[in-house]
Amino acid sequence: MTVTAPAPPTPSPRRRLDVRTALAYLVLTVGVVVTLFPFVWMLLTSLKSFQELFNLTILPAEPTLGNYGQVLTQTRFLQWFANSLLVAGVTTASVLFFDSLVGYTLAKFDFPGKNLIFILILSTLMIPTEMLVIPWFVGVSDLQLTRSVPGAYLAIMFPGLMSAFGVFLMRQFFESLPTDLLEAARIDGMSEFGIFWHIALPLVRPALASLAIFTFLGNWNAFLWPLIVIQQPQFRTLPVGTALFNGEAGTQWGLIMAASSLAVIPVLLVFAFFQRQIIEGIVLTGMKG
Amino acid sequence: MATTSEVRGERVQARSPRRSSLKTHQTRTAYTFLLVPLLFFLVVRFLPTLMALRLSLFDWNILKEVQPYVGLDNYRTLVGDERFGQALRNTALYTLIGVPLQIVLGLAVALMLGRVRALRGLYRALYFAPYVTPIVAAAWVWQWLFSPQFGPVNTFLTWLHVPPQPFLTSPNQALATTAGLVVWQNLGFQIVLFLAGLAAIPRSYYEAAEIDGASPWQSFRSITLPLLNPTLVFSVVTGTISYLQLFTQVVNLNFTDQGGPLGSTMTVALYIYQIAFGRYQMGYASAITVVLFVLILAITLLQLRFLTRRYEA
Repeated sequence: MTVTAPAPPTPSPRRRLDVRTALAYLVLTVGVVVTLFPFVWMLLTSLKSFQELFNLTILPAEPTLGNYGQVLTQTRFLQWFANSLLVAGVTTASVLFFDSLVGYTLAKFDFPGKNLIFILILSTLMIPTEMLVIPWFVGVSDLQLTRSVPGAYLAIMFPGLMSAFGVFLMRQFFESLPTDLLEAARIDGMSEFGIFWHIALPLVRPALASLAIFTFLGNWNAFLWPLIVIQQPQFRTLPVGTALFNGEAGTQWGLIMAASSLAVIPVLLVFAFFQRQIIEGIVLTGMKG
Repeated sequence: MATTSEVRGERVQARSPRRSSLKTHQTRTAYTFLLVPLLFFLVVRFLPTLMALRLSLFDWNILKEVQPYVGLDNYRTLVGDERFGQALRNTALYTLIGVPLQIVLGLAVALMLGRVRALRGLYRALYFAPYVTPIVAAAWVWQWLFSPQFGPVNTFLTWLHVPPQPFLTSPNQALATTAGLVVWQNLGFQIVLFLAGLAAIPRSYYEAAEIDGASPWQSFRSITLPLLNPTLVFSVVTGTISYLQLFTQVVNLNFTDQGGPLGSTMTVALYIYQIAFGRYQMGYASAITVVLFVLILAITLLQLRFLTRRYEA
């Protein structure tokens, strides 16, 4: 499904339409320039040397990669990056598996309690994270999870292992699958899990792709819970590491802008590649929501 | 309530032996598949909610030996807590500025994107970029942009002969500047949402309206707005829920967790963080989370009721 343009409300005479279209282009372009200015500023500042930093020129007179070098060698940036990759990767895999399993079950099976379960899962979207983090923190402290290696990562990622949003999204997709197809596999004697895994799942690949991207982004950018639960610097994720970096680096704006660019660029690249799926994901949830 | 009667209706139908054995099989499979996820939602979502309710009745300080039961004392303290009052007012302000602003801007851009043909995908992607940007990084750039001494925004204002503004350093401007960051980040999402909603409106409605001699404004009011209503409701409800929990932007736009100059950007979520993890008063903080939860629940239900009724009548 692609986003197509809504028809212009009234087809006006050709010349008036052109004026309006030109105006639309103009306003849109101004909007894009304003929207992108922070990125441009960040990148250009990251290339400025310390001496140049507070010059109010936009372009660096002598661009340097020194700030990047410093971030990569003198901070734990690469470790934060790896931690984020691990946390976001594992949670995404888990969400994809469990949310599609739940979505499939809720869409394609008939059993008592089905609607109640769906409503209960959906209702968790209204529970504020702030309400959950305190009990999570108390629980994690009681279990003394955060000191060892698997424990610390588990503590960071466990809240994100499944998501109500994903259940909702996958249920929508599975509902549109023809039941006959599943029924045919059932008659052939395929196991129920086999039907889900080999027949149903491959058919909803676009949904899986958009769910994967949303989940990855969400966990890659997660801030509140990781900030609270991470005790030791080596377990910091990218957002937490960069946020606390401020205090550790003094206010070294060149370094901060380089670190920000390094945090933003991979995300923007991933987005550029998967733009269509991301947008389709929004389309599918937004329209039926 | 409609859902339980639906389930019951289906159960009555499934009386014949073959159908009922199929039904048992389906039920068994379904619950096997749901076992682990249900446990997860129970242990990671529902039990902590109940635990927060319980904690709110105790003077629970993680640094102390005893955690005495205090009944509703935490809630009573809350009523007289001026910092909480300020956080609550700020959060309301953020929501009242942010949600309408991002919806109006998002709809305007979506309508204009509907008009242009060339480069539409590129524009859409460019507007969307801030949404995928890590908030911490965005907040830093924002701080720099709006810096009173060497920020480009003030340089620009000077060109326009407008005196430099204090922005984040002023108790009067910090909240609006923070809200600006949030709107900037959310706008791309809103635009895509509205593009999808607009695309779902049949073109023939507009043609019919044109034949009847309706002005563009009239067709916008009587076709676009009502038919876009599900999308608008979705935007208002999810937007409000997210603004009521505003945290990351506020923390990262200030060097401390005190909530901007004189607490002027402090939100309820930040206040909870401060009390729970700055002072370790988990009981008192839990009471605030319970209030936040009730607020979210009440506002969501009211919005759903009010907004869906108004247009579908």
